[in-house]
Amino acid sequence: MGASVLQNAMIFLGAALIFVPIAKKLGIGSVLGYIIAGIVIGPFVFGFIGNEGEDIMHAAEFGVVMMLFLIGLELNPESFWRMRRRILGMGGLQMLLTALLFFGLFYYLQSYAFNTAIALALTFAMSSTAIVLQTLKEKNLDKTHAGKSSFAVLLFQDIAVIPILAIIPLLADVPKNQLNSRSGILGMIDQYPTITILVAVLIIVFLGKYVFSPFLHWIAKVHMRELFTASALFLVIGVSWLMQLAGISAALGAFLAGVLMANSAFRHELESNLEPFKGILLGLFFTAVGSTINFGLIVHQPLQIIQTVLLFMLIKSVVLFVVAALFKHELQQKIMFTLLLSQVGEFAFILLGSIGTLNMINKPELDLYMAVITISMIVSPILLFLDEKWFSGVWYKKRKGNVEYQADIQGHNDIIIAGFGHFGSTLGRFLRANGIEATILDNNSDQVLLLRKMGFKVFYGDVTRMDILEAAGAAKAKILVSALDVPDKNIELSELVAKHYPHLKLFFRAKNRVDAYELIDQGVENIYRESIHASVYMGVDILSELGFRKYTSLRKANEFIAHDNTALYKLAKHRHNSDSYVQSVKEEIAQQEKLLAEDKRFVEHKPDGAWDKSKIIAND
Amino acid sequence: MSNKKLLILFFHPRFEDSRVNAKLIEGVQQLNGVTFRDMYELYPDFNINIKAEQALLLEHDMIIWHHPFYWYNCPPLMKQWLDLVLEYGWAYGSNGKMLAGKWVMNVITSGGNFNVYQPEGKNKFTHRQFLNSFEQTANLCQMVYLPPFIVPGANRLLDKDIEEYMIQYAQIVHFLMNESIDVEKLSTVEHFNQINAAQWEHQFYKTP
Repeated sequence: MGASVLQNAMIFLGAALIFVPIAKKLGIGSVLGYIIAGIVIGPFVFGFIGNEGEDIMHAAEFGVVMMLFLIGLELNPESFWRMRRRILGMGGLQMLLTALLFFGLFYYLQSYAFNTAIALALTFAMSSTAIVLQTLKEKNLDKTHAGKSSFAVLLFQDIAVIPILAIIPLLADVPKNQLNSRSGILGMIDQYPTITILVAVLIIVFLGKYVFSPFLHWIAKVHMRELFTASALFLVIGVSWLMQLAGISAALGAFLAGVLMANSAFRHELESNLEPFKGILLGLFFTAVGSTINFGLIVHQPLQIIQTVLLFMLIKSVVLFVVAALFKHELQQKIMFTLLLSQVGEFAFILLGSIGTLNMINKPELDLYMAVITISMIVSPILLFLDEKWFSGVWYKKRKGNVEYQADIQGHNDIIIAGFGHFGSTLGRFLRANGIEATILDNNSDQVLLLRKMGFKVFYGDVTRMDILEAAGAAKAKILVSALDVPDKNIELSELVAKHYPHLKLFFRAKNRVDAYELIDQGVENIYRESIHASVYMGVDILSELGFRKYTSLRKANEFIAHDNTALYKLAKHRHNSDSYVQSVKEEIAQQEKLLAEDKRFVEHKPDGAWDKSKIIAND
Repeated sequence: MSNKKLLILFFHPRFEDSRVNAKLIEGVQQLNGVTFRDMYELYPDFNINIKAEQALLLEHDMIIWHHPFYWYNCPPLMKQWLDLVLEYGWAYGSNGKMLAGKWVMNVITSGGNFNVYQPEGKNKFTHRQFLNSFEQTANLCQMVYLPPFIVPGANRLLDKDIEEYMIQYAQIVHFLMNESIDVEKLSTVEHFNQINAAQWEHQFYKTP
């Protein structure tokens, strides 16, 4: 094709910019948007790009590597330990059962060789971490049971890839010296794969424990943001290169490195530096997946492909459903869990590639399975969307009728509370204690069922969806409370409500100052910052501990809160107008400085004359 | 009629259950030249905005402290208001003359009737005696202390009685807004309940 790098980049990014927003608007999620963009620019629709789609996919696989590094970062040993039941139980069970069923299929029904059947079975047991995590985050499902369980299962799979990748060469019945043409020390590496993997893992553990943190510390001292970004990238790329050299998956090395950095002081820095790269590369990866779908093959043997996709997804779904049932999930959560993980994931590409290069299966079979994986990746977001749109909705409607002490569905409440986590539920309880019932919106279906039983009027779903707000009676209500945990969702909700339900009085939870600034910009009038009261009143107790009288400290605290609120609105107006998502450290410091200057002015202009006898004694 | 301005500071910790006060306020709240402040609603946390309160005092010629007479006294928020707003060097003290010449009065709802507020009665002292501290507060700030208006036996009033007190309260406010009141003469009266609308016209207007 001879297209330049710039041209390709433009086509890929342009397609994503057109289709992803559309997909988001339609509520089908960004993953599907990227894949559709890929299909459209791919050789079978417009043909903007030709076969280089595959090369781009390989490049973009680095997004998966980064994603695993970031997942690793989130997982310090404690949280890992807390999730052990889910990870080992659900993950292990899913892997085992799925692999067994697939093995039966490949070995007995399709009569592959014993070893090949094992390799293929393990390959198809994988689900797509990239798709599922993106979906969880976007639909705000990470806190639900299905979300947590999915994450655990994926984690198990991601870890399991290491041994599987190590086993596959052993399963291949190929003489070692034919396998590769690398010479010297690399040849030695290839000869002893198991030892190599062990050594490589040990090297990474060593680096993670003793080298990375001092290195990052040293870079951080230079105080150049771009250098830190560079070092974060260097770290991930370096680890990946090392692992690739050893012939193991780069993604796993990155994951391991991430876990080792999870407890370091640089965790958040690393996260915020790598997040944008990861996002773009993953998007590119999905787009490339879309563009490499071999429609020729599909047109050629449509029935076989569709059959295979359906069969594979059915096998996976059955196992997932059984696993979810064993771990006692609600029906609706079972279904969500099943649909979330029913596709074959990106690791299968890698494993299948390895199986292919070892000549365990032939080229047409390889092509077929590659197509099957891709199509399953497209189908699962669609299924999830359909479930959310119809099935879950219908099921809930049916379920409503059976619940005792049920709130009056016909009547409406004056107050709608969006989000019923710790913040929202405390508010709801307080209102209820005073005889005020509120309509509650939440996207955790377990929580929803529980609340229903307690007689709350609860709607399940994403509060930033118009139909949900409408169903909750937003048109008739007077007050809308947003107690959502995710600041972006808060902003989204305020925009939506301002546009469609301008009559609603808004009471919004804000995580912090920065969050509050954005809500002020949105014109929200009643903003409640989470931390201000707790931290100032903690200060009261500390002053008291230091010997100050409690009432004086409390008066000071209340004055301080009033002052802080004034400063909030003042600084919101004069704030440096940064629309960028990445608020630079410099700017944050500038804000802090302004705030401290306000504090100074406050202290200087507010002498405390209450019950002060000193002046009277001095003058009279 | 006049451009006198009246500030009614209303202190009631449980206003939602007070039918008498609800009615009393209904009669005066909307009158021309009256600024009505529901203090417990404004400062539920007792964090009184001192500067704002002082500014309001300066803007008005007359102040009414309107409150129930719990334990022969004002509710705690009103005491808080007195403590914080009437600052030394502002309201009193050698340089504190900001309120000098302004008129101030108590309007109270009292559970007991006049007959128990007697030396021989259950409460031993008269309303006016209990209100001494407010009178002296006014004196210290060089303000003119007007006779209080008292709604006695407020717990057992009939609707038509309450209606009458409402009218009377409105009439008093109306009367006080008039330019030509002989305030020295008025100060000799023990409480407003002793005089009626007809008497005000003749006895307390300055003779030209």
